[in-house]
Amino acid sequence: MIHFLQTYGMQLISKTGQHLYISAAALGLGVIVAVPLGILLTRMKHGANAVITLAGVLQTIPAMALLAMMIPIFGIGSTPAIVALFIYSLLPILRNTYLGMEGVSPAVRDAAKGMGMTWWQSMVRAEIPLAAPVIMSGIRLSATYVIAWATLASYIGAGGLGDFIFNGLNLYRSDLILGGSIPVIILALVVDYLLGRLEATVTPRELR
Amino acid sequence: MLLSMEHLNKEYPNGKLAVDDFNLQVDRGEFICFIGTSGSGKTTTMRMINRMLNQTSGTIKINGKDIAKMDPVKLRRSIGYVIQNVGLMPHMTIKENIEIVPKLLGWSKEKRAKQAVKMIDLAQLPQEMLNRYPGELSGGQQQRIGVVRALAADQDIILMDEPFGALDPITRESLQELVKRLQEDLGKTFIFVTHDMDEALHLATRVVIMSHGKQVQVDTPNNILRHPANEFVTNLIGEERLIRAQPNILSVSQIMLKNPVAITPDKTLDDAIDLMHSRRVDTLLVTDTDGVLEGYVDLDDINRITDATTPVSRFTNREVFYVQASSLIGDTVDRILKQGVKNVPVVDAKKHLVGIVTRTALVDIVYDALRGAPATDEEPASPINADIHAAATHEGGESSQ
Repeated sequence: MIHFLQTYGMQLISKTGQHLYISAAALGLGVIVAVPLGILLTRMKHGANAVITLAGVLQTIPAMALLAMMIPIFGIGSTPAIVALFIYSLLPILRNTYLGMEGVSPAVRDAAKGMGMTWWQSMVRAEIPLAAPVIMSGIRLSATYVIAWATLASYIGAGGLGDFIFNGLNLYRSDLILGGSIPVIILALVVDYLLGRLEATVTPRELR
Repeated sequence: MLLSMEHLNKEYPNGKLAVDDFNLQVDRGEFICFIGTSGSGKTTTMRMINRMLNQTSGTIKINGKDIAKMDPVKLRRSIGYVIQNVGLMPHMTIKENIEIVPKLLGWSKEKRAKQAVKMIDLAQLPQEMLNRYPGELSGGQQQRIGVVRALAADQDIILMDEPFGALDPITRESLQELVKRLQEDLGKTFIFVTHDMDEALHLATRVVIMSHGKQVQVDTPNNILRHPANEFVTNLIGEERLIRAQPNILSVSQIMLKNPVAITPDKTLDDAIDLMHSRRVDTLLVTDTDGVLEGYVDLDDINRITDATTPVSRFTNREVFYVQASSLIGDTVDRILKQGVKNVPVVDAKKHLVGIVTRTALVDIVYDALRGAPATDEEPASPINADIHAAATHEGGESSQ
């Protein structure tokens, strides 16, 4: 263990950094796209189901296949990996945003509008805060997925902790495989814990 | 005129008319109840006032200004709004909830805080509650907050859509007292949608009865009870409620017999006995030549007199108990029954004799009101009752244009 860290310590830190960067970028994009899209879907009578189904279909594409499909478009490196992981992150966020917004009581929406809130004020002051816990749990779920799948990104040259694992597999070196896997698990747990704390913070006191 | 609604129509895309030529003029301080079955258009009409819905045609004016030309967001901030499911924001404290509209209007923090305290006092709830969340309050307390929140920015018109529908009867009654007080003490104008007739009759200064998008009757609660416009209104009010209400809405003139047996004081004893005999009564009312009631003569009194030419004025009993034709039965029935007399003369404002009330007619009314149902279902029990029914139907017909 100590020997492993002495040999690969610096590498481990930089690979973890890469891993985190790819995951965070993918998740960030996912949030930026899926949350507004999910809110938008609640405003459309038709089409919501179609969009959510489409996101579900994208989710079923095998991870390796999706990564490979990115190469002709984006080449190799971190960009295709981020795009592929972004696509994976969409569904949980989209679905939870949609469900969260739908779950806001119509009475609240009616009262907000009836009291003279603009569409934007109703969103920001009433509906999004009330839907926030559900949206956050979608983001949390996505984060765990993305961190786990980011391992595969090494396959198309994006780097990250996957490099250790793939090297280990090729060289029959279990220390490398464990050296890559354990940090991924720790990373996933830590991020999940932090997002969990955030989720609790955005949950209105009354709804906890 | 605070609020004027003219020729309002609301047509849904499927061609269904939800509101059909609705007209109403509302004065400041009125309490208007919209009542009707579901689908009668009452809520739709109310929601057009703050442009939660837009009318297909027709105009709504507030203080003479056409609301179609106003910014809907600004309009809504100037009108209080209370809905059945309370509509308090669950993630905001009571204080924040009360302050929503003042905040939207850009009031300063101090002014808002002062207003929140004022409002919670108005709701008769302790000030500590300001820092609680809606989920920590009972349903009745929540709706109290809902009601005062609608007044927090000093709105003149308050719209309420079945606000107390989900509350138990006792809580509901206390909430009704609250809004009634707000209307009477603060002069707020309420437009109140309900399907509860008791609530409407209790609270309203005027009731608007609606059916299939049309106004069936617009009148004060008393007039509606007195003259239901048609069978629909009668059914909506309920036979039982109409009967219970009788002592309070029927006037003495509606149950009296209109041709009392009367004699003038210059007639003789002979004339009096003849008249009693021919009309088969034991009492005669004595009126002067103008018809002003002077007293009565009783068969017992007459027996003691032997001279057949004695004028009536000599043996007239002047201590006569009478009632005003315009007074309500509910106010007079006790007095009449306690006097223990069989018949009571009825006079108009100038003491002219206009009729007579028999004890039987009174007892029938009291009995019906107590029992809450007519003594007989089909045929009126006595000819006097028949008269009442005929009179009520007749007048109802007149006022139902």
